[in-house]
Amino acid sequence: MMTAIATLIVHRAGKDGPEKVSRYEVPYAPGQSVLDGLRYVRARIDPTLSMRYSCINANSCKECMILIDGTVGYACTTRLQPRDMVLAPLPNKPHLRDLVTEIAPPDERLDHALKGG
Amino acid sequence: MADSTVHLSTDVLVIGAGGAGMSAALAAAERGLRVLLVDRSLIGRGGATVMAQMTVAAALGEEVPDHWEHHLADTLAAGRGLCDETLAGLLCEQGPAAIRQLDSWQVGWARHADGRIRAAQAPGHDRPRCVYVDFLSTGPAVSRTLRTRVQRQSQITRIGDLYVTDLSIGDGEACGAIGFSVADGREVAIAAGAVVLATGGLTRLYRRNSASANMGGDGHALALRAGAELMDMEFVQFFPIGHLAPRLVGMDPIMWDPFRYKLGGRLLNAEMREFMDDYGAPEGARYVVTRDKATYAILKEVQAGRGSPAGGAYLSFQHIPESALREAFGPVIDRLAKNGIDLKTMPVEVAPIAHYHMGGVRADATMETRVPNLFAAGEVVAGANGANRLSGNAITEALVFGRRAGEAAAARVIRNGVRRPPQARGPHADILRAGSGSAATNPASLIARLQDVMTDLVGPFRTGDGLAQALREIAELKADAGELPPERAGPFPLIRIDWFDLRAMLLAAEAIAQAALARGESRGAHQREDHPGLDPGWTVRQGITLRDGALALSRIPMPGGRAAEVA
Repeated sequence: MMTAIATLIVHRAGKDGPEKVSRYEVPYAPGQSVLDGLRYVRARIDPTLSMRYSCINANSCKECMILIDGTVGYACTTRLQPRDMVLAPLPNKPHLRDLVTEIAPPDERLDHALKGG
Repeated sequence: MADSTVHLSTDVLVIGAGGAGMSAALAAAERGLRVLLVDRSLIGRGGATVMAQMTVAAALGEEVPDHWEHHLADTLAAGRGLCDETLAGLLCEQGPAAIRQLDSWQVGWARHADGRIRAAQAPGHDRPRCVYVDFLSTGPAVSRTLRTRVQRQSQITRIGDLYVTDLSIGDGEACGAIGFSVADGREVAIAAGAVVLATGGLTRLYRRNSASANMGGDGHALALRAGAELMDMEFVQFFPIGHLAPRLVGMDPIMWDPFRYKLGGRLLNAEMREFMDDYGAPEGARYVVTRDKATYAILKEVQAGRGSPAGGAYLSFQHIPESALREAFGPVIDRLAKNGIDLKTMPVEVAPIAHYHMGGVRADATMETRVPNLFAAGEVVAGANGANRLSGNAITEALVFGRRAGEAAAARVIRNGVRRPPQARGPHADILRAGSGSAATNPASLIARLQDVMTDLVGPFRTGDGLAQALREIAELKADAGELPPERAGPFPLIRIDWFDLRAMLLAAEAIAQAALARGESRGAHQREDHPGLDPGWTVRQGITLRDGALALSRIPMPGGRAAEVA
């Protein structure tokens, strides 16, 4: 029997960096979230993939916002689909690594604290 | 190479920006001190408070007459004889003031038409005592309210994305911390007159949990390595009716509880029969059974082959009129519909899920640990909840202990000032700079393996053989993890964060398994299949410290030595 597969095509560079895309195949089960798929990738395929998340499932931390098939969405509430899904970092935020962008409020960053003494 | 370490100095350093950490920061700042509030995640977003959808216990006496001593009696009964009565008493006595303070800050507690704050009767309480913010918004509202206060307080500097790897100790006293800036990898050294650990619990150690990704016992590991003592580590609370199936997204798996006790949801086995009575825990028309007993009953039904298809129990609201469902669930009904769940026509499946940890850092009534100037607050503190926490006490504890820790830390700094921390050298600092340079080990996969070991062998049911096997597997995982983090320092290295998390999780896991192996009885959240039943001789706590790199257990007699009443 064929297992359904979700293919995650992950853009790992910011919009100004040289293109860097990884392609991961994840076993698909109905009901899973995109974040479930990304966590599977990190545990089973590629631990070097960085993303931002904290609460995993409750949609309370609001940290896992990325571009999913060109639309801004939360990885934890967007359902995984048994097809190609294109994931990319938020385009309008400074890029840190892979799917992670700088979304911390400016006055809650280390450099702000250093300036404030 | 030039030292690129970033140096910061403050009066009070608070590690963790959940409910306890923000409360501690506010209390210290109100005394005029400079506070640095750091979190490994974004400020006010990580941790457990923001995820708490349920209720907060406090004897306000507005729904029905109440007194904090009634709340204390319920807390002690739920704790199965092991509560620290001083800490539990503080929680219950000071809880109402903490609730009213949040009310004055417009948290939005649900109210009756006549203005009284509404309270629900959560399991284990003798009367309605648990306040909430509709609908399923208690934690987010508490978190947002505290965050707004913290933002307005100019004495508090907030830094998110700062991962603390070790506390700094000078002459045996806490004097700061070291770590790295997650966004860019810079090393950070913080000098502080006092440190408040408010890092939360450790339920991420289990496969199915209601924790956020940053609750893996990092505070427990920091405390152990700094010389503090942990206590009650064997008591991990499983929340009995965590959502199991069908798969829900965008909702916390512990969401069902308030609906169950507001509406009387029925818990059924595969034969569609209520079974709680079979375990000597009759529920009657209400839902009053404490979490340890409900967890036990559900898992025993599954073991007996009477579980639901996904391996839990059914929870059904099908007998509730649609209008009552709509009134109680509000917009949550629509969120459930998006997940394909229609409560009028189908039950859901639920099963126990790791939810809270009663154990943690041992602290005195001012929340100070045995390491001078090191305070602790919130879930990371042991004692108030004994062997089983009463519903609704977690946020109360975060608010009350957070405030006390902040006040005591401030008083200490006012008296002693800020000392210069020792040069950030030695193994603790070296590991920040180190890296294997490769990704040969996968810490995310080792974490998943550890979660399996803890769930299967150190979960709600335990045996001596299973615990011994768990300790062997934890040792293997430790060897697999290696001595150095992978890659090199850089921007947002989640693989390195995983490795530091794993390091903390392994130490916390070992402490739990050792304490659970030693406790040869069943009590509250600690159930030994090879030692069924509570043994009055075990009305004693276990402490655990790190000596020369190895964990050492000790017994801590109950103060006064009087046999506490055991439910």
